[in-house]
Amino acid sequence: MASEQTNNAKTYFWNDEKTRAIIYQIVTAAFVAFIGYYLISNVQTNMEKQSIASGFGFIEKEAAFEIGESLVEYSAADTYGRALLVGVLNTLKVSLVGMILTTILGTIIGVCTLSSNWLISKFGTMYVELFQNIPVLLQLFFFYALFYEIFPAPRQALNPVTGVFITNRGIDFPVPAPDPAWGYIGLAFVAACIVIWLVNRWAVKRQERSGQQFPMFWVGLGILIGLPLLTWILNGAPTQMDVPVLKGFNFQGGRNISPEFSALLIGLVLYTASFIAQIVRAGIQSISHGQTEAAMSIGLKPGMVLKLVIFPQALRVIVPPLTSQLLNLTKNSSLAVAIGYPDFVQVAGTTINQTGQAVEGVAMMMVVYLTFSLLTSAFMNWYNKKIKIVER
Amino acid sequence: MKLWKSLFIGCSLVAMSAGLAFADNGDTLKDVQAKGYIQVGVNGDLFGFGKADQKGVWKGLDVDTARAVAVAVFGDYKDRLRYTPLTAKTRFTALQSKEIDVLTRNCTQTLGRDTSLGLDFVQVNYYDGQGFMVPKALGVESAKELGGATVCVLPGTTTEQNAADFFRSNNMEWKTVTIENTAELSQAFWAGRCDVLTSDASQLAGLRASAPKPEDYMILPDIISKEPLAPAVRHGDNQWKDIVNYSVLAMINAEEMGITSANVDEMLKSTDPKIQRFLGVSPGNGAALGLDEKFAYNIIKQVGNYGEVFERNVGVNTPLGIERGLNALWTDGGLMYSPPFK
Repeated sequence: MASEQTNNAKTYFWNDEKTRAIIYQIVTAAFVAFIGYYLISNVQTNMEKQSIASGFGFIEKEAAFEIGESLVEYSAADTYGRALLVGVLNTLKVSLVGMILTTILGTIIGVCTLSSNWLISKFGTMYVELFQNIPVLLQLFFFYALFYEIFPAPRQALNPVTGVFITNRGIDFPVPAPDPAWGYIGLAFVAACIVIWLVNRWAVKRQERSGQQFPMFWVGLGILIGLPLLTWILNGAPTQMDVPVLKGFNFQGGRNISPEFSALLIGLVLYTASFIAQIVRAGIQSISHGQTEAAMSIGLKPGMVLKLVIFPQALRVIVPPLTSQLLNLTKNSSLAVAIGYPDFVQVAGTTINQTGQAVEGVAMMMVVYLTFSLLTSAFMNWYNKKIKIVER
Repeated sequence: MKLWKSLFIGCSLVAMSAGLAFADNGDTLKDVQAKGYIQVGVNGDLFGFGKADQKGVWKGLDVDTARAVAVAVFGDYKDRLRYTPLTAKTRFTALQSKEIDVLTRNCTQTLGRDTSLGLDFVQVNYYDGQGFMVPKALGVESAKELGGATVCVLPGTTTEQNAADFFRSNNMEWKTVTIENTAELSQAFWAGRCDVLTSDASQLAGLRASAPKPEDYMILPDIISKEPLAPAVRHGDNQWKDIVNYSVLAMINAEEMGITSANVDEMLKSTDPKIQRFLGVSPGNGAALGLDEKFAYNIIKQVGNYGEVFERNVGVNTPLGIERGLNALWTDGGLMYSPPFK
């Protein structure tokens, strides 16, 4: 009998730990799949019963509604698909600009709160307490109302600089009139960036080898300005501008930044920056003071201490929570609906309303925001890996 | 074996809820009778149609329409109505998902909505048309002069599409500002964010009445669309649809017959067989709808006929000051017409 119990060949398969683990997983997966199938078929049956239209056919249909601002050509004659694309681009616009600005502002404020200057550090603390503790929706309403209540109507436009007009319809400013030269200048700018990157690589290598420093900042600035400037002169230096002019009700020509976009951007940036400031402060404080003292003792200036010693280490603490704040900014941008900025949620909402296809519309919203969030996470994870301390 | 047990319980729970989830649309009357009140979707921000006053009492043409339905079902409307304020974007979903039993929220009946949204419209309770409101200071006389204007409009409405059609067919440039909430939208308009506010003419009158300085604004004479505003119910519940439909029609029919809330008791003694049938003195109509025989009498007694409801909420003696126009009885050159109650 004793020998039988230790005989592995005779054990039943459900007594085998490995097999059991696989069975559990198959059962769980099947169960989840069943629930998913059940939910979907239930929704379909119910919608058929109520004769609610379903499917994504509406994307091809004419949208027949206007959108206030758009990065691509759009008119009411275009399809729902294009309208939704306009919405996606508008969300991307406000999110990307917002992420960059809020990271910069948040870092500055965070460093401010740690300043040894009483005024600056108190300002930083006050900023954080103020903006962190007011609901972001209220802030949006506030900034939006500020725009249309304070600024004058187009006919009494404020005109701080020639060609720039500030009204309750937004800021109108001149842009260079279309000219092939501007395309080349754009290319020159990109080329300049590549050249700077290459020079920088060379400079770093040289410094590592010989210890000689290279005035990278000034050279870089020179290339960044010089190369496009040279292209501009070579192309006959076009100076024609597309200046906004008051025609009828509004300014025509030039570019316009709408109050809705501005209010949303300002609201989101100021709000999110207060959280980022806290994260930056925590990150810097997490580095032991001995590091600073050690860096000082080898003769580094305070700015260099921050840049070369503190920040590289603090970033490891800062980046993960920073990612979630940037994701928050993207998701909060859907509050745009409240102040009339035509972001993706607003366009999708209108689409749902016109077509009655809420399930499809909400599914699309989820997919779009999920994609945005995953892409942001992917980028930040890549960055996080890059700044990891190299184990030697 | 604990896992198998919990799996089994989980599966049977799902199977049970499947039975519940497939409940169909055909029993709204039973539902509301069981719970003792009607959940009604209203505007919430629209003076004259659906808005609560300072004391929290709901008032408006759409609110009175909902009251008529409540009276028809319960015999009175006090504590029989619960209001859900809905935006233009949320209204149809609320009805589809059974959050509300009936939608009386100035909704335009269109073929598209009737067929693809899983709802049915009943008798129109207000014939409207889309107009434009502008500040007088703008010096505009006609909608055709609005090229290049910035226009405030509610998103997800027929007016949004009508305006797009209008500017497109007249080859005029325009810009939209779309804010979901009526109060926020009109606030932006009063502050001058847009040159024009477009909506149904009745809504414009209501909004103008609530402006900081109503006399500074004018409604342009152009009407660019047909907007038959009608209550809506879920598709597929024919009895409930009949009840809502004939509650509205009862108010119109009463006006045709000259019955008002003041004289309805006298009218009970009328020898006219048509009036006797209408007020339930000779039975039949109520049973046909599954309601009390006195449902029409109760509606007229407690809510009033259509003319009274109109004058009380939006008529010339209210801040809105709207003429009957299309909403007069057919006998007076309007469109309000009721089929016979027999």
